[in-house]
Amino acid sequence: MSTTEMPPFLDAALPVPVEETGWLADLRQAGLDIYKRKGLPTPKVEAWKYTNLGGLAKTEFKPAALDVTVAADKLPLAAALSLDALALVFVNGRFDPAVSDLGALPKGLRVESLSKVLQAEPALVEPLLGKLATREDLPLAALNTGLLTDGLFVRLAKGVTLDKALHVVSVASGGSSAAAFHPRNLIVLEEGAKATIVESHVGLPDFPTFENSVTEVTLGEGAELKHYRLLNGPDTSYHVGVTLADVAAKARYESFALAIGGALTRNEVRVVLSGEGAHGVVNGSYAVHGGQHVDNTVLVDHAVPRATSSQLFKGVLDGTGKAVFQGKVLVRRDAQETDAQQLHKALLLSRGAEVDTKPELEIYADDVKCSHGATVGEMDAEQLFYLMARGIDEETALALLVEAFVEDVVHEISDEVVREAFIRKVRDWQTGREKAVWSE
Amino acid sequence: MAATDTTVDTVREVTEQYKYGFVTDIESDMAPKGLSEDIVRFISAKKEEPEWMLEFRLRAYRHWLTLKEPDWAKVKYPPIDYQDTYYYAAPKKKDGPASLDEVDADLLETYKKLGIPIQEQEILAGVVAVDAVFDSVSVATTYKKKLASMGVIFGSISEAIKEHPELVKKYLGSVVPYSDNYFATLNCAVFTDGSFVFVPKGLRCPMELSTYFRINEKNTGQFERTLIVCEEGAYVSYLEGCTAPQRDENQLHAAVVELVALDDAEIKYSTVQNWYPGDKNGKGGIYNFVTKRALCKGKNSKVSWTQVETGSAVTWKYPSCILQGDNSSGEFYSVAITNNAQQADTGTKMIHLGKNTRSRIISKGIAAGKSDQTYRGLVRMQGKAEGARNFTQCDSLLVGDKCGAHTVPYIESRNPTAQVEHEATTSRISEEQLFYCMQRGLNEESAVALIVNGFCKEVLQTLPMEFAVEAQKLVGISLEGSVG
Amino acid sequence: MALLAIKDLRARVEEKEILKGLSLTINPGEVHAIMGPNGAGKSTLSSVITGKPGYEITEGSVLFEGKDLAELAANERACEGIFLAFQYPVEIPGVNYTTFLKTAINAKRKYFGEEEIDAMEFLKLMKSKIKLLKIADDMMKRPVNVGFSGGEKKRADVLQMAMLDPKLMILDEMDSGLDIDALRIAADGVNTLRSPDKAILCITHYQRLLDYVVPDFVHVLAGGRIVKSGGKELALELEEKGYTEFENAAA
Repeated sequence: MSTTEMPPFLDAALPVPVEETGWLADLRQAGLDIYKRKGLPTPKVEAWKYTNLGGLAKTEFKPAALDVTVAADKLPLAAALSLDALALVFVNGRFDPAVSDLGALPKGLRVESLSKVLQAEPALVEPLLGKLATREDLPLAALNTGLLTDGLFVRLAKGVTLDKALHVVSVASGGSSAAAFHPRNLIVLEEGAKATIVESHVGLPDFPTFENSVTEVTLGEGAELKHYRLLNGPDTSYHVGVTLADVAAKARYESFALAIGGALTRNEVRVVLSGEGAHGVVNGSYAVHGGQHVDNTVLVDHAVPRATSSQLFKGVLDGTGKAVFQGKVLVRRDAQETDAQQLHKALLLSRGAEVDTKPELEIYADDVKCSHGATVGEMDAEQLFYLMARGIDEETALALLVEAFVEDVVHEISDEVVREAFIRKVRDWQTGREKAVWSE
Repeated sequence: MAATDTTVDTVREVTEQYKYGFVTDIESDMAPKGLSEDIVRFISAKKEEPEWMLEFRLRAYRHWLTLKEPDWAKVKYPPIDYQDTYYYAAPKKKDGPASLDEVDADLLETYKKLGIPIQEQEILAGVVAVDAVFDSVSVATTYKKKLASMGVIFGSISEAIKEHPELVKKYLGSVVPYSDNYFATLNCAVFTDGSFVFVPKGLRCPMELSTYFRINEKNTGQFERTLIVCEEGAYVSYLEGCTAPQRDENQLHAAVVELVALDDAEIKYSTVQNWYPGDKNGKGGIYNFVTKRALCKGKNSKVSWTQVETGSAVTWKYPSCILQGDNSSGEFYSVAITNNAQQADTGTKMIHLGKNTRSRIISKGIAAGKSDQTYRGLVRMQGKAEGARNFTQCDSLLVGDKCGAHTVPYIESRNPTAQVEHEATTSRISEEQLFYCMQRGLNEESAVALIVNGFCKEVLQTLPMEFAVEAQKLVGISLEGSVG
Repeated sequence: MALLAIKDLRARVEEKEILKGLSLTINPGEVHAIMGPNGAGKSTLSSVITGKPGYEITEGSVLFEGKDLAELAANERACEGIFLAFQYPVEIPGVNYTTFLKTAINAKRKYFGEEEIDAMEFLKLMKSKIKLLKIADDMMKRPVNVGFSGGEKKRADVLQMAMLDPKLMILDEMDSGLDIDALRIAADGVNTLRSPDKAILCITHYQRLLDYVVPDFVHVLAGGRIVKSGGKELALELEEKGYTEFENAAA
């Protein structure tokens, strides 16, 4: 890239954040420098081999206006999960207190907008912000660091268990033109704290939107976070999100993402198991159709001995949909007695659909149990026949099997209430589609 | 590597020299160090090649100049100075050890364990030229006569370029085009020799063809070029390499192998690669950057690659199949063993184009010492590959806690009726297995060799019989010093 | 000279002392049974004798024909003539049973400076033993213990015993995982191999194995020591009364 040519999202006038303390300005600069050096990743970059962001570069995204508000009755809440939970609504990455419902917060829980914390108590986030995400190999996360303005800040005190899930609804709305925004979330669970955080990413189909989100998660010893995500934007939305989790000894990080909407979705999860006995679960399922593109990219880093992890992804593809799964398990030199499993299964339902899988093992310790598996194929003819032999017509049988295939991973969600909400979402989505979609 | 400045000077000298009649010195046995268009012309002239062949080489050379050395493989080595290498040396050149007494004692010990006769040891160690010892010249000639009478062409590729230009012209570069990749392109420009096999329609070649029969013909080591063509319904089994570690002063090896199978044809290609891996600290050793590819062009054609890779300091190798013909099938069976400081990045590509094409990949990687090993594979189901099937099993075994084993498969599917199944595991030899064997009297090294041979069995049994027995011994020897 | 002489043996595994001063002498031709409650140290004893990694002798000695076993690696002990019939024989995928047997025989020959066994001689020997022990010979074509039933695994171990011709045969919980018929077949095999110059050490929780491999001596192991010794009637007594008395005594 020539030095004179600026990568996209930087040439437009930047929303210069108002007053800023020194460390934040430095952090921002570090992020911008990385992004200027690396630019928007192209398929020539190994990590982006199968996901082409060329379309993004071509659309003239303006920085999302900071003052966009969406009337409560216009919010696309039907697309989000329906949950009895503490709810926070963000519009284009900006916290909207008017439509949020936090009620009385339980003791030991801090939930705020990041911009508020940055203004009022910057020292609180200084040691955390950018610690995991400022990396040469994550240029979009670096861009986020450069441009961050708002997002979610959660801190749960030592030993506190949250009995109600926290539900974050992120609404993308172009307003009057194609808009890009860069939400930044910070989640900290202190020692032994336990919480469920659910995200619904939805949007209004007015103008193209690009959400480039970064979530940094820090789990103290013995903490447990169940972190679930619904990616269900309109056909005009692009979503690139990276979640970075640092999991201390005996802590447990469980992640699940269901991708059913959006033009292009990249759900990247990086988990560092940094303490003995840490456990990471990174799961997901997806269903794509038309020209949708879904990319799940996972890295589980076993940095210490005796940590365990598993990855399970399943998805179905129809129309000219394209899905990507890149899952990597890294076992470092001293990470003995690691147990890491990974499985990806994809069903192709139509000609023109494409799935690219790259399950990867990088292993430097010998006393390990690591395996991965991947299958790609069509619906099992015998299962189909079995259902039809019981009198079910082909379309219904197919729909049943597709639903079962996608739901299989949903059942792994350990939070019962949230699991039910996701299952309802899968069913809605299924009944909402034309049955014809599933045939050629 | 020598100082770049010096080599640049040498190159300049050489090219200047050319102006004053370097080419007239065609009787010389050796081209000067370095690579240039003139060197390419020199090689071609030396081999008395026709114009089209020279053009092929020059096209490749010019393209090579525009390429960058690939860096995506998980291997590390100091930068190669391509101007600090000899690209042509006539077979007579010999500055190896004068007798076996001067040969590395470890190497001789290995020969002994493999049960290689002393005469062959001398050849392998480079003490004497093959033709000085071998009576096999006549043996080889006898075989060649017999094969020729059946219509099988088997000989060096230089010979074939002269004697069967229409065949070579038709197939050379048809599977691995001159522009394919950095190392293959380099090979196209400067290859010195290699094998050519042509089996005519309907013939099953009655014997295993092996480089062994050809060993006396040319010093082909560094930039070997092999082309095997099986016409409709023909079959051949080809063995490459040798289980004994071969010394070679050339550090860079960049071979190209092309296989073409027409309708109902079958080619079985087996390799045992045991080039010098360098010493325990990773000093010396061969860089083996090979491009091997088969085109299953005809319907029902079949190609099977089997490789046992134990040698070389750095290996970069992906024997592949393009499954173009309907119902064609490709197989890749691989055992790769790395010990000490060796690095290997190896695997395969199965490109399914035709209907009902089948592929099967069985890869067994064993990493010991401080070595690093990667399986890298691609399975691609193109849109028209109706009913295609792939099965891949990749197992890695780690011996010791200083080595690394990595698995990087790429699976791309664009056809809903195609099925891909991939499984991979990484483990180590269990203490229970070791103890069980030792309780029956085996020492630790034999126990490891036995267990590892079991781990590789599925692959080793696809080798031709004699080869398989030697390969088993080799597995044990390659892992020596890795335990305890 | 005693075949096996264990004196005041203390041994530990992973920092935990399991054997706490155990003494036992076995002479050629004798059959000894070691019985005891779970966790008494029975399997530790067989592991220490055979040299399983991780088991450390801290005090006392184990002599085999006068040789200090602590000085010998596991395979050397095997070559000297100590054979362990494993409680759970280990599966070794891809390794053909016949190859395995031949390798083991040759390891022993090499240990004594003898020539490798001739292929024909080996086959003859194997066939005779297979016949003697009534083993289905298709087992020999399969990988070591892979896909074998519990009974087949034990029979295969007995075949190895017959082929390797050890002096001391240690049967570690030979009855685990076997139904009564399979147990009888395996025990018959062991009995076929009994001779005045060989000894057997039976390690078992239950008395039922001893109906088939009848011991000359029975020892009760509890709390890492032998707390009572007697003739074969002791086993019957234990069967009736259980180990409670000894567990209490040991504690």
